[in-house]
Amino acid sequence: MSHQPKKSQQAVKNLQANPSLTSNQSQTSKPNNQPIVNDFVVKFANTNGTGSASANHMFAKSIMRMGIPVGAKNIFPSNIQGAPTWYEVRVNENNFLGRRGGKTDIMVAMNAQSLMNDILDVCDGGYLIYDNSKTLPDQFVKPNIHYLGIPISNICLKEFQNPRQRQLFKNVIYIGALAALLKIDFSVLRTLVSDQFKGKEKLITPNVYALELGHQYAKTHFDCPLNYQVQRRELIGNRILVDGNTGCGLGAVFGGATVVGWYPITPSTSVIEKFNSYCNRLRIDPATGKKNFAIVQAEDEIAAIGMAIGGGFNGARSFTATSGPGISLMSEFLGLAYFAEVPVVLINIQRAGPSTGMPTRTQQSDLISCAYASHGDTKHILLFPSSPYECFEMTAMAFDLSDRLQTPVIVMSDLDLGMNEHLSPPFTYNDKQKYDLGKVLSVRELDELSHYGRYQDVDGDGICYRTLPGTHPDKGAYFTRGTSRNANAVYSEKSSDYVQNMQRLEKKFKQAKSYMPKAETLSGFNKAQIGVLYFGSTTQAIVESRHLLMEQGIPVDLMRIKAFPFGKEIEQFIESYAKIFIIEQNRDGQMRTLLSNELNLDPKRLTPVLCFDGLSITANQIASDILTDVKVQDVNQKAC
Amino acid sequence: MSYAKSKFKHKDLPVNDIGLTYRDYEGAISTLCAGCGHDSISSAIVHACAELSIEPHKIVKMSGIGCSSKAPNYFLNNAHGFNTVHGRMPSVTTGANMANKDLTYLAMSGDGDSASIGLGQFAHVVRRQLNMVYMVANNGVYGLTKGQLAATSDKGVISKTGDVSLFNDIDLCTMALQLGASFVARCFSGDKRQLIPIIKAAIAHQGFAFIDIISPCVTFNNHQDSTRSYDYVQDHVITGAITDFVPVKDEISCEIPEGTFEDVCLHDGSIMRIQKLDQSYDTNNRYKAMNDIEEHKSKGEILTGLLFIDPTARTFHELNDTTDTPLNQLKQEVLCPGERILGSINNSFR
Repeated sequence: MSHQPKKSQQAVKNLQANPSLTSNQSQTSKPNNQPIVNDFVVKFANTNGTGSASANHMFAKSIMRMGIPVGAKNIFPSNIQGAPTWYEVRVNENNFLGRRGGKTDIMVAMNAQSLMNDILDVCDGGYLIYDNSKTLPDQFVKPNIHYLGIPISNICLKEFQNPRQRQLFKNVIYIGALAALLKIDFSVLRTLVSDQFKGKEKLITPNVYALELGHQYAKTHFDCPLNYQVQRRELIGNRILVDGNTGCGLGAVFGGATVVGWYPITPSTSVIEKFNSYCNRLRIDPATGKKNFAIVQAEDEIAAIGMAIGGGFNGARSFTATSGPGISLMSEFLGLAYFAEVPVVLINIQRAGPSTGMPTRTQQSDLISCAYASHGDTKHILLFPSSPYECFEMTAMAFDLSDRLQTPVIVMSDLDLGMNEHLSPPFTYNDKQKYDLGKVLSVRELDELSHYGRYQDVDGDGICYRTLPGTHPDKGAYFTRGTSRNANAVYSEKSSDYVQNMQRLEKKFKQAKSYMPKAETLSGFNKAQIGVLYFGSTTQAIVESRHLLMEQGIPVDLMRIKAFPFGKEIEQFIESYAKIFIIEQNRDGQMRTLLSNELNLDPKRLTPVLCFDGLSITANQIASDILTDVKVQDVNQKAC
Repeated sequence: MSYAKSKFKHKDLPVNDIGLTYRDYEGAISTLCAGCGHDSISSAIVHACAELSIEPHKIVKMSGIGCSSKAPNYFLNNAHGFNTVHGRMPSVTTGANMANKDLTYLAMSGDGDSASIGLGQFAHVVRRQLNMVYMVANNGVYGLTKGQLAATSDKGVISKTGDVSLFNDIDLCTMALQLGASFVARCFSGDKRQLIPIIKAAIAHQGFAFIDIISPCVTFNNHQDSTRSYDYVQDHVITGAITDFVPVKDEISCEIPEGTFEDVCLHDGSIMRIQKLDQSYDTNNRYKAMNDIEEHKSKGEILTGLLFIDPTARTFHELNDTTDTPLNQLKQEVLCPGERILGSINNSFR
């Protein structure tokens, strides 16, 4: 972030609204006349299957096109049509784009099923935009919020003939109204419509017309703009608005993946869909028109990873993508790939478990099941991207790591990161960077060898040389397996052969640390007594919570874990602070368990801040949990 | 049980077209029980590959778990092998084949591996028309876990420990036919004259070739009540036709007398010569083959031989329209679209 964050009025307001934080605060209410510029939350309450997603997306993108940082979260049901769905847009020019917490400033309530709860979700002084084609019953009228009724259904009935259009344009009309209410540049929306319907020009005019209808209605009937409004800025730079799964799919294209087995599962499906669609654009052989890749939709997740392992064994960069239930099914195969030492990349878009859990809600709850997947002593390499940019970078990197280390590499994304659009640095790739294909012997190298053993630790780093089928007529063939064998890959039940092999695998895993991306620190407060560890998609909320805590006079230093096995720098960070918090989105503090176990720490050294309700953790919750903990400790110390 | 293999090679051993003897196609010494039908299969594979003059390193041996799946260790030492997990060989073979379509994939599985734990993977690899040879060493029993009934055990048979098979059996040939396999055969491991040419034809066949090989288990399923014992199989086996395989460049001279046979030309130009013993036998009719299997079964007979072949079926890579170069040989320059294109992709997200 290039600029200094300004004091976030709304965030402070919500933080103060939290009773645990108000001990020495005066209850300041929102200033009434001063406009609140570029700092608010708009929530759209829709019914899924009604075409709201593309209109809501257009809203978020229009903010971005006005140069103002924006973040959006789609809170959707495991359902195709008819259930409530929400789209929460955070507008914040300090780049605080995670979930803020607290209530919503502007609610666009289009779903009768959820209306009462949606009204209760509006903050004092906030706005409810709703369809007043029918009069709102009395029990829905609450004090302290502004009601902005627009007869959206009636307008559509009058203006459009086709029933589908009558439904779809409802969404476009409220976006038009919001443009007037929030002072969004109408020409930005018009350009977005043209972009969206490129090639389907016939649709541009009716969409722009629907925007106009909403815009005109708001202009005529309300005092525009509202207290909340946007003002053009130049704060986006070269950033892009994109979801993490696009990053993973594209990262696999750039990383050279050619073999994919997969099984559809929310929220990972779009990783493969994106990989497929980019391959169909970028990986077609120009001379023959044939595919430089192969994708098979498998019969289940077991077969999906089996295919990726088969491809890896045969020297093609291979991967699969899945979510929690798939991880459970793939565990046996992960053990095989670990033990037979086959490179394979697995992208895990985590969702709320256990079992089927909440398939459309986010969590970081597969850490233990991935780190130690499969029976027996196994450990797997994990990467933790925190932005679409890193989803791209780490997926591409995962292929190098798994080829180099001849073992599975699991990219640990989640539903929030994977399926929501985030403002992210652009994807980057350096053409000079060469794929690291690891230790694979060529015909010539085999010719020069007097002896070849597949599991011989020639270099002393635990990583052995592999050969690919079909390479050499009489050297280098081996029979690999999940059963124990000696260094020459010959079946062996000798204890010493087994132990040596397991110890070498352990050595290799330790060696892997030197290839892992280092944890990233955000420090600079010299007097900070508190260190905060975190990883993945909670990043944006944590960066904001650090700011909130600073305002409360509590400086904290941050360290973002990027990979497992953990590097030395993580141990050093933990040692440097009197108090360490670990932020994670699961019930049991799985990262805390992993850190304690792997770094041999007293678990009491790590205080968990947890959120596992299926939604992304909020900045308010993190700040408030840390603050509460610190205060309790203060009181205890004083009492002593 | 032998524990060492003789290194001695007779100097007059015949060599094949690429200068190798059948000894060059052998594997490690078998650790299976003496008399195990699976060893006959290994031996048939050794001879089939030697006679076809395939370079051993251009073969990949795939297997699951069980006695059958240990067998690939006992043939083709100069080929890579992958002994995967129980019932999951088909998916690993699919991935390996996706990565390199130019190699020959010889897969060994068993009745537990394919008809029980791996039935789903078996069904789906058939559907995918993967170019591979899928052999099931079918002994109707779980060998490595000592004698439990298998899903291919005939209903009503009694295991060595006295358990009765209560449920319907699964016929993998019928399944393979129903799911669209383009080459389906059933053999008896004790009949090499039948097994070797069928393995050769299966290798030459471009597409999914399935061979269910009745392979008696001498230790756990060779007793009087068994329908998979050597004696029972020998007494009940019915052969629809004698098959011979004529490689692409050989002059056609085989043991089958002229006028009584049908020739099927395979993809590479080699010929599968079929001599009908039963005039109604028809290897071009998938549905009749299914019917014939069931009819013989109802009489207590086991129909063996080539049951169905469609030499024109399209394989996985043809269906997928995969590029001609094996995917594992594509270089970074071909695979990575590069910075400039990434720049324009970034623009689509602004």
